[in-house]
Amino acid sequence: MKYIDQTVVRKMMGKRAMKNRFFQTLFFVSTIFALVVLAILLYRIFTQGISYVTPEFFQNFASRRASASGIKAALVGSIWVMGVVIPISLLLGVGTAIYLEEYAKKNKLTNFIQANISNLAGVPSIVFGLLGLTVFVRGMDLGRSILAGGLTMSLLILPVIVVAAQEAIRSVPKELREASYGMGATKWQTIYRIVLPAAIPGILTGSILAFSRAIGETAPLLVAGAFVFVNYLPENLLSSYTVMPIQIYNWASRPQAEFQNVAAAGIIVLFIFLIVMNSVAVLIRNKFQKRY
Amino acid sequence: MKNFKFLASSIMISSVLAFAAACGNSDDANTNGSNSGQQSSSESGSSEQKLEGEIAIDGSSTVGPIMEAVSEEFAAEHPDVKAPIGISGTGGGFEKFTAGETDISNASRPIKDEEKKVAEENGIEYTEFKIAFDGLSVVVNKENDWVDKLTIEDLAKIWKGEPKKWSDINPEWPDEKIKYFSPGTDSGTYDYFDEVVLGGEPIVKDATLSEDDNVLVKGVANDKNAIGYFGYAYYLENKDQLKVVPIVNSKGEAVEPTNETIEKGTYEPLSRPLFFYVNNKSLKEKPQVYEYVKFALENAGQLAEEVGYVKLPQEQYDEQLKTLEGLK
Repeated sequence: MKYIDQTVVRKMMGKRAMKNRFFQTLFFVSTIFALVVLAILLYRIFTQGISYVTPEFFQNFASRRASASGIKAALVGSIWVMGVVIPISLLLGVGTAIYLEEYAKKNKLTNFIQANISNLAGVPSIVFGLLGLTVFVRGMDLGRSILAGGLTMSLLILPVIVVAAQEAIRSVPKELREASYGMGATKWQTIYRIVLPAAIPGILTGSILAFSRAIGETAPLLVAGAFVFVNYLPENLLSSYTVMPIQIYNWASRPQAEFQNVAAAGIIVLFIFLIVMNSVAVLIRNKFQKRY
Repeated sequence: MKNFKFLASSIMISSVLAFAAACGNSDDANTNGSNSGQQSSSESGSSEQKLEGEIAIDGSSTVGPIMEAVSEEFAAEHPDVKAPIGISGTGGGFEKFTAGETDISNASRPIKDEEKKVAEENGIEYTEFKIAFDGLSVVVNKENDWVDKLTIEDLAKIWKGEPKKWSDINPEWPDEKIKYFSPGTDSGTYDYFDEVVLGGEPIVKDATLSEDDNVLVKGVANDKNAIGYFGYAYYLENKDQLKVVPIVNSKGEAVEPTNETIEKGTYEPLSRPLFFYVNNKSLKEKPQVYEYVKFALENAGQLAEEVGYVKLPQEQYDEQLKTLEGLK
């Protein structure tokens, strides 16, 4: 006597196994898709531009001749702008997150602030450019300077950093804080010595994404007064400047075919800059991750 | 894993150092260079005073490349003058210019009445200079063997109203839908086309609009039924991929855009002058601005041709130089 009908079981099993295989393949394909796109992009950019990435490319300013064009002003400009963006956005962003998570009472006002910060993250970048133009360039009379551009960019990426930092601070175990209070530490001592070090990996993960965005943005800086042709290096925070994405955009829109290759070379430099910057952040993150 | 991390970090740190070193070196080289430049110019005599300071230039992205070339060459003669160039577009440039924020504003169309009014309110006096010509080029696909010339009326029929088939324009032409490629509505190129061809009516709905003219070039080159228009420089650089359409001018001749026909003015009405506007006060008070404008008018013809535009007849540059002298 048979209690189990093998053919039915096989049929049922087969269906489920197939479903399993189907979804496995689907997810694998979605992973591969992103990778393939990246690979094609890198392949195209590198084959087009790598021969233009020469020492001269770093020493020359922009030029009307493709062969004499260089990225010097834009590279140095980007470094200056990020030099403004990183400290300001971290200070404001982490500060806001600490206030909201540790000090603020959970009432309607806090909820309102919270909702607005999330909303800000979705505002188109050009709007931040207009804000920067009105407030920093004209209102505070900073002119078309690195400082004005850096502040605009800081505002742009602030919401992302706030949200990431809040998430990181929230995920620090309660026991750590309670132990600290138990030892007689004040709130500030607890935040400074216990919560922040434990939250740094999370904060940095969010910040990396934010900084990567800041370094690749063109529109808000064009509106906030970055130039496209600059043939000198900035001297201080009030100097006029250009940044790499703007320089690349300018090259890519030129009619001469050779400028397309120069643009590709610019993209390679931007890409390397991004990797270096992010690797430093990853290194710092890994250092702190070991402690907890 | 640890080894890998160590390797990765050392690579990154060394690349950072390499970057820093590269920047540092060239900085030194630069300051040395400009120092020696200063010395030699001060030695060469006191009659020529050393120019320095900033010149604020903004405006049309079409005129941008010419001014970039001017700035590049000007910097070789006057290394201490900073003349960066922005491309906020013709309208965006005038907004800053009429508020007194910039000294020079590049424009691919003459200043509009409402912009003039703002300038008047803010007490800004200015002078208009022409710098070069651009010939708006109408192009079709290489394999398009039916179009040999178009009149402005044909163009209007093609670009206005509902999307059309080639056979709607001329019954002998194929019964295929036309594919449209046009610069974005913010560009001065579109403004000019609008003025001459569309007459203020909206462009066909199906048109692919792009601010990047290279996208338009590719679009027309890849579709047999395509038609598009853009600046002369983009046609010149992509001659082998495109077929340019001769346009019938007011005398009834079908004329192809070339350096000669644009300069002589027989390629009309689609060739247009490019402008830059200078604040009169800056000309008087800032010697670097005066020298820059003078330099631009003396060299613009050759520099414009290098970046793909057409020079004005020499008399026009000479006349404008005279106007400039009167403004000092």
